[in-house]
Amino acid sequence: MIDGRLRVPESVKPGEPFEVRVLILHPMENGFRHDAAGREIPVHIVNKVSCTYGGREVFSVDLGTGISANPYLVFFVRAGGSGVLKVEWIDDAGERGSASANVNVG
Amino acid sequence: MWVSALVAAFTAVSGIEYQSDAVKAMQADSFGNPGLLWVDRGAELWKQKCTGCHGDASSMEGVAARYPRHSPQLGRVVDLEQRIQACMPGLAWESRDLLGLTAFVARQSNGVPISVDVSGPAAPLYERGRSLYFERQGQLNLACTHCHDVNAGKTLLSEPISQGQPADWPAYRLDWQSLGSLQRRLRACYFGVRAQMPAFGSDDLVALELYLANRAKWLGANVPGVRR
Repeated sequence: MIDGRLRVPESVKPGEPFEVRVLILHPMENGFRHDAAGREIPVHIVNKVSCTYGGREVFSVDLGTGISANPYLVFFVRAGGSGVLKVEWIDDAGERGSASANVNVG
Repeated sequence: MWVSALVAAFTAVSGIEYQSDAVKAMQADSFGNPGLLWVDRGAELWKQKCTGCHGDASSMEGVAARYPRHSPQLGRVVDLEQRIQACMPGLAWESRDLLGLTAFVARQSNGVPISVDVSGPAAPLYERGRSLYFERQGQLNLACTHCHDVNAGKTLLSEPISQGQPADWPAYRLDWQSLGSLQRRLRACYFGVRAQMPAFGSDDLVALELYLANRAKWLGANVPGVRR
């Protein structure tokens, strides 16, 4: 389970873009570093983040090794009606995490 | 002697003031401050393990501002991490659990002026901390004071030299890509002057923490801090 944080505005206007903020706890090892004994530290990154609204995917991103540790993502979503916004992330070892929040449209 | 006079004359300035605008914004971000990922864990642990004795986290208001402090129960001066370790044995230094709980507890004292007791049973360790602060160490043969009093505000290569104030710790250091304790930061200074690093939890580090806390008198903290 990869921990993270999610923030959406308390209330949004119908059809107007609102900001979704996501912060994920992850080392994002890029595969170029070595440990104290000189061994290569293998690539270990969150490579997929997706956001669904009412079960439908509204945003997704493939992350690469250029993203720093503990990625902070901000993106915009539009909603016609209230619903549950869920953000999920998965790393290259198959470990997952998610967070969800209610969006009040009105 | 002249150095002590200098210390008395200067006003304590928090380390964040020496950071770039981007880092300041990162620390001030109530959602995106990456240290909050550790604080979240601390809050969770508090709810699970601490409420039985200590109740609501508001009971910790102002507590961190009085640490390091002599604990009659433990018979020695301990910093906040060590006090938490005494409650919950087995929490390793720099583990997410210990850092998270420390940051969560310290956060309850944000803005509360630091005021530690250096008299009575804490006095010997305080004196040790003070002499360590002014003692030349390592291959570079530098004492803390040579950077953090005499040259504070100047730059070391591209880095501004801070006054070495201990407020805002545990802090998220971009260099570490992680939250870290004040002891880890002090060890990094030992490494920087190429001196032998004291072990985590050693008296030397606690003594320095106590000296620094007293030197930072009346400075308010903002945990978790963010530093480069």
